[in-house]
Amino acid sequence: MNEKTPFIRLAKREDMPKSKVWLIRGGAFVLAILIGCLIFLISDTNPFKAYGTILMGALGKKTGFRQVIKNAVPLLGTALALAPCFRMKYWNIGAEGQITMGAVGASFFALKMYEAMPSPVLLTVMGVTSILFGAFWAIIPALFKSRWGTNETLFTLMMNYIAIGIVGWLQGGPWEGKPGSQIIPLFDEKAVLPKVGGVHIGWIIVLLLTVVMYVYMNYTKHGYEVAVLGESENTAVYAGMNVAKVTIRTAALSGGICGLVGFMLASGTNQTLYSDVAGGAGFTAITVCWLAQLNPFAMIAIAFLLAVLSKGASVLQTSLAIPSSISDILTGIILLCMLGCEFFINYRMIFRGHHEKEAA
Amino acid sequence: MEKVHAVEFKGITKRFGSNVANDNINLYLDKGVIMSLLGENGSGKTTLMNMLAGIYFPDEGEILIDGKPVAITSPKDAFDNKIGMIHQHFKLVDIFTATENIVLGLKDEKYDLKAATARVREICDRYGFDIDLNKKIYEMSVSEKQTVEIVKVLYRGADILILDEPTAVLTPQEIEKLFFVLRAMRQDGKAIILITHKLNEVLSVSDVVAVLRKGQHIATVRTAETDEQKLTEMMVGHAVKLDIDRLDPKDVKPRLSIKDLTCKDKEGVVKLDHASFVANGGEILGIAGIAGSGQKELLEAIAGLRKVDEGSILYTPDDAPAAELVGKTPMEIKEAGVALAFVPEDRLGMGLVGGMGMTENMMLRSWNKGKGIFVDRKAPEELAEKVYDFLEVVTPSIDYPVRKLSGGNVQKVLVGREIASEPSVLMSAYAVRGLDINTSYVIYNLMSAQKAKGVAVIFVGEDLDVLLELCDRILVLCGGKVSGVVDARTTSKDELGLLMTKVGGKEEN
Repeated sequence: MNEKTPFIRLAKREDMPKSKVWLIRGGAFVLAILIGCLIFLISDTNPFKAYGTILMGALGKKTGFRQVIKNAVPLLGTALALAPCFRMKYWNIGAEGQITMGAVGASFFALKMYEAMPSPVLLTVMGVTSILFGAFWAIIPALFKSRWGTNETLFTLMMNYIAIGIVGWLQGGPWEGKPGSQIIPLFDEKAVLPKVGGVHIGWIIVLLLTVVMYVYMNYTKHGYEVAVLGESENTAVYAGMNVAKVTIRTAALSGGICGLVGFMLASGTNQTLYSDVAGGAGFTAITVCWLAQLNPFAMIAIAFLLAVLSKGASVLQTSLAIPSSISDILTGIILLCMLGCEFFINYRMIFRGHHEKEAA
Repeated sequence: MEKVHAVEFKGITKRFGSNVANDNINLYLDKGVIMSLLGENGSGKTTLMNMLAGIYFPDEGEILIDGKPVAITSPKDAFDNKIGMIHQHFKLVDIFTATENIVLGLKDEKYDLKAATARVREICDRYGFDIDLNKKIYEMSVSEKQTVEIVKVLYRGADILILDEPTAVLTPQEIEKLFFVLRAMRQDGKAIILITHKLNEVLSVSDVVAVLRKGQHIATVRTAETDEQKLTEMMVGHAVKLDIDRLDPKDVKPRLSIKDLTCKDKEGVVKLDHASFVANGGEILGIAGIAGSGQKELLEAIAGLRKVDEGSILYTPDDAPAAELVGKTPMEIKEAGVALAFVPEDRLGMGLVGGMGMTENMMLRSWNKGKGIFVDRKAPEELAEKVYDFLEVVTPSIDYPVRKLSGGNVQKVLVGREIASEPSVLMSAYAVRGLDINTSYVIYNLMSAQKAKGVAVIFVGEDLDVLLELCDRILVLCGGKVSGVVDARTTSKDELGLLMTKVGGKEEN
C-alpha cells in the first residue's frame, strides 16, 4: 500500500444480527437527541431543562396527553394509508389532499344534512363519504399513471393544492358562515365524533386499523400483489397480475383511509372545515411511514413520538420562549440520523493503513 | 536477479462483505503471451482483472507493472500503465463512427480526425482487423463493436490487454477471426489476458492457463501440457463427467404450433418476423442465435407477456382440442388449463422476487388459488421445502431473501418451481448462464427428465456445444427470423454459426 491508496473505502457488509441492527438504530436516536442538545445550547437553553419541559409538557398533565393522542391519530392513520402505496413503490405524496377531500365529503353532510338523520347514521354517512372522496382523489393520479404512464409523485403532490384550494373556495363561498367571515360554521353536535377517555373515538379506529393493515399487507392476496409489484413490475406481469388494477386499487385504498382521517380531523378534532384541516399530517406521515420501515405496529410508536415532540415544543414556546419550530428541527434531525444509520448497517468503512484481518 | 514480468500480482486479496472474492493471489504474465484466466462463475476472475483495470482497489497486496509497484485507483491510472480492458458490455457511443469512438475522450492531442484515422488504419492493418472505420456503431454487429473496443485500447497504447469473456456473444466464425488478431498481437509483444470459462477456446488460443477456484489461484499451467479433463478438475475441484445423457425422443407429438409470429417493440421495430415452427412434446427444441435475435420476444410472446402483432400460437393438449394463445393474458392462459412453465432470462427481475424468500417465491405461481382474501402459505411452504431438499438449494432458511443466494441457487429455486407446476411446455432462456459446472449439469438433467415425461422443452442457449449435446432439434434465429431448424444429432457448429448470421433463412449463394 502507498500514499495513493484511497483514504476511506466502503465495503458492503454481510448480514448483521438483528440485535446489532437495533443497537445501531438506538444509537442513532441517542445521537439525534445529543445533536438536539447542541441546538438548545445555541439558543441559550439548558438542554436538560428543555427536554424535561418537552416530556412534562406532553406527558405530565392529562390535558397535554390528550392533545398528544389527538395529534398522533392523524399521523398514524395517514401513515397506515401510505404503507401499501410505498410498499408498491407508488409514491403517493398526496395524502394531504386526500385528507382534505375526505374532510370536505364529511363536512357536506355535517353542514347540510344534519337535520335529516340521527347522530349514529349521520356519522356513518360522513365516514363513508369521506372514504369515497379520499379514494376518488387518489384514483385520479393512479388512473393517469396506469393509462399514460404519468409520474405519480408530481401528480399526487399537485392534487394537494387543488384540494386545499377547493376548501378555500368553500370557506369564502357556498359554505361560508357569517358573510365576510371566510369561516365555515361549527358542526352541529350530532356531527361530532363521540369521545372515549377524553379523546374522540378516532384513536380506537386507527388502532384497529393498524391491526387490519398489518394483516392486509402480510397475509392477503392483495398484500402479496402489492409486495410483488413493488419489487418488480415484470415479475408481477409474469405472475399473471393485473398491474393497472392493483395500482388503482391500492391507491384507492390509500386515499380512502386518508379520507377517513380527514373525517376524524374535521369532525373529531376541529368540528369544522378549513383549508388547513390536514395541518401537514399528510406530509409528516411520510416520515412516520419511513421511520417505521412500513411496519404498522412500529408506526404507533413513531406517530406517538412525533406527537410528543410537537406538543412538548409548543409548551416549550410558552414556558421558555423557544420557537416551537424546534420540534420540526428535532424531527428532522431524528429522521436524518435514523435514515443515515441504515448506511452503516449496509456498509462499513475501511481507513487507509488498516489491514483489518477480522471478518467484521 | 528475478526476471521482470509485464504484470505481477503479489498477495492480492479482495473482499466483498464476508465474501472473499480474491484470496492472496500470486500470478504473473509476460510479454508476448496469451494467458487464459479460467474459472467458474464467482471464482474471482473478473474481480482480479477489475483491480488491474482500476475499477476495484485491492484490500491487500500489490500489483507490479514491469517490475514496479503501482497503485491503480481509476481506469485512467490503468491507461497510464498501458493496461486496457475490453468489458463484456461495450461502452461505445451509438451515433458516432468507429474512429470517433476510438479517439473519444483523449485530451492530450488535438482533435484531428484525419490524422487519427490514419493511425487507426495503421493499427488495423498491423493486426489484421477487418473493419469499416466510417461505419456508425448502431449499424454494427456485436463482433464489429468488439473490434472497435479492441482497437480503441490499442490506440491508447495499451500493452496489456484484458478481454472479459470476449467470445460469449460471437459466432464460431467470428471467434476464429478474433483469435487470429489475438495471435497477431501476441507476435507484436502484447501481453493478453482472456477471461473465460470455455475450455476448448482456452486450449486453442492461449499459451498458459491460470486457474482460479473460489477466489484462490489453483495453478498456472502451460496449455500444451494439459487437457480439458485436467483443467475441469482444477476448476471444479473434483472430477466431473462432461457428458449429457441424451435419450432418443419417445412419443413425439406436436404441442405448440407457431405460425407467422411477429412482434414489434415499443418503438415499432420488428423483433420477431413471421417465425413459424412446431415444438413437440417429448423433445428438446434448442434455440440458437446471436444475442438479441428475437429469442426473448419469442418466449415472452408464447407466455402471453408480449403483444403479438401478427400470427398464431396453437397449443394442442393431449386430450382436448387445440387452443389459440395469442391475445390471452398470462392469467387467461393459466385459466385455460395450459400448463406453461417459463424460466425467463431475467431471473430476479422477472421470474422471482429478489427480496422475498423461497416460500413467497413459490407463491408467485399459486397466490391466486383458493377462495377468500387470504393467500395460502401452507402449500408454497411445502413446495419450498421440497425444492430445497430435491435440488439441494444452499440457503440459511427458506425465508431468506433469494437475492442474497448465489446465482446457481437462485436458478434452482426458479427451475424447481417451474418444474413443480407439472408443465406440458417448459421454456427456458439462458438457463445455465452464470452457473457453475455442477449446477449446469443439474439443470441439463432436469430438462432431459422433463423431455422423458413428454414435456415440450424449449431451450434457448448460447453455448453451441451444449445445444448440440442436449437438444433433439435446434432452431436458429437470425434478426428475428427463423433461419433454419436442424437435427442436433447430425448438424455441426459451423453449420449453426452460418445459420446464425444468415439473413432471412435464404442460402447465401
